[in-house]
Amino acid sequence: MESVTLQVLRYLPEEKSEPFYQDYDVPFQKKWVILDALNYIKDHVDGTLTYRWSCRMGVCGSCGMMVNDQPVLTCETFLETYLPGPIRIAPLSYFAVIRDLVVNTDDFLGKVKRAKPWLITDELKPVTEGEYRQTPDELKEYKQYSMCINCMLCYSACPIVGLDPEFVGPAAVALAQRYNYDSRDDGHGQRNKILMDDDGIYSCTLVGECSVVCPKAVDPAGAIQRYKVTGAVEWWKSVVMPWKSDK
Amino acid sequence: MSVSKNNDPFWWTLFGAGGTISAFFIPIHVVLMGIAIPLGWFDTMDYDRYLELARHPLARLYLFAVISLSLFHWAHRFRYTLYDGLQLKHLEQYIVVFCYGIATAGTFITVILIFSI
Amino acid sequence: MDSRESTTSRTDDAGVEIPYQRFRPKRYQPRMSIFWWIHKKVYLRFIIRELTSVFVAIYAVILIVKLNALLRGPESWEVMTAALATPFSIVLHVIILLFVVYHSITWFLLAPTATVVRLGRKRIPDSAIIAVNFLMWLVLSVAVGWIILAV
Repeated sequence: MESVTLQVLRYLPEEKSEPFYQDYDVPFQKKWVILDALNYIKDHVDGTLTYRWSCRMGVCGSCGMMVNDQPVLTCETFLETYLPGPIRIAPLSYFAVIRDLVVNTDDFLGKVKRAKPWLITDELKPVTEGEYRQTPDELKEYKQYSMCINCMLCYSACPIVGLDPEFVGPAAVALAQRYNYDSRDDGHGQRNKILMDDDGIYSCTLVGECSVVCPKAVDPAGAIQRYKVTGAVEWWKSVVMPWKSDK
Repeated sequence: MSVSKNNDPFWWTLFGAGGTISAFFIPIHVVLMGIAIPLGWFDTMDYDRYLELARHPLARLYLFAVISLSLFHWAHRFRYTLYDGLQLKHLEQYIVVFCYGIATAGTFITVILIFSI
Repeated sequence: MDSRESTTSRTDDAGVEIPYQRFRPKRYQPRMSIFWWIHKKVYLRFIIRELTSVFVAIYAVILIVKLNALLRGPESWEVMTAALATPFSIVLHVIILLFVVYHSITWFLLAPTATVVRLGRKRIPDSAIIAVNFLMWLVLSVAVGWIILAV
């Protein structure tokens, strides 16, 4: 049977302080994705190989890795694409590596939390007044941004994230816009304070790769650009009409 | 002027306006006044007619906008190119003064020239 | 430069480094090379796009120099006209042209990311915004060219 070589970055902190590449030969199967090949290694070749995965269908967002230097979900990336190999597999770029292909997500989750990606309302309607209604057009405004699965591929595609670890990053802004554009939400002001501050949206120089690698077509680059425009409009408003701002 | 990041929406507006105006207008200027006319592909206007053209109020406004906004476009973009391309963000204060300072100086010179013509 | 080290180790409250322990893993934090933008084509294109601003600025300075020559009178205008006709100047302007055209093209292609235009309830597609930008570029170039050459 045909076989293909996977060069997998290993990081074993208790043995070596630096990561190193280890080669594995796996049988090639047309229907296999990269994750299937990794599972083959784990089951049949080397049980110590460590990586995250769960749903195998591009929804959970946990199997993101660098394959030939490009961030992808390994569950929807076919081996066949990279023939004849070898295929280089590394943990997602710019994140601290805990072990082999597993990265530390604390920093990312902290940034997402800072963007307050939940509905913020000025006053809650009593239940007797019924539900918060939304037209299909109002839904369309934010639906694209709601598709984000927190897979972190956009962070690994963004050199600004690597250069400036404090930069809030693509997904966090897309998730903020998910709620800013929601007709039921009043949290814009609170999110502004965080996202227009140091290391916020204006650190982005529109490399644009975040939107290219996004497996869910969320377009974080567009979200950031639109936020920059909103931020600029509000800045000028606060200068021209200072009495109207600061809410 | 404070170096605070909170001015970024202001600089970004100038960057955007300058990027747009330079994208629309600079290429044709370079083609005609920098290449075609010096190579003699067209009859050159004489000095007096250029002067007359430059004195038109709309031409003054146009020249001011193109020159000043192009400089601020550069200032903002180049600031971030130095951060990203050469990893110089730790020199932020100096880079900010250098970039926006040059653009501001160029704007002053342009204003003086436009009103002296 | 960057104070981050290639391997981040944990320190205790007093700042003393804690050696690797079973439940206190040492993390590996890769460092970014200064020349990160050479390694990938898309990043190289990005950095070239950003550097077009240098040529935009150079031409803005050339415009200032021309205005100054115009202000100083016919003699200095003649000197400048002669300088513009030298091979050096022509080559410089061709290089400037390549970069500013690259700036224009990339700028218009990215215009839809920041602009959302609506006609009634419908959002105008990105391709239409790009097309309008390129069309305006053509119209404005012809207009400016006509003013410079014919008026």
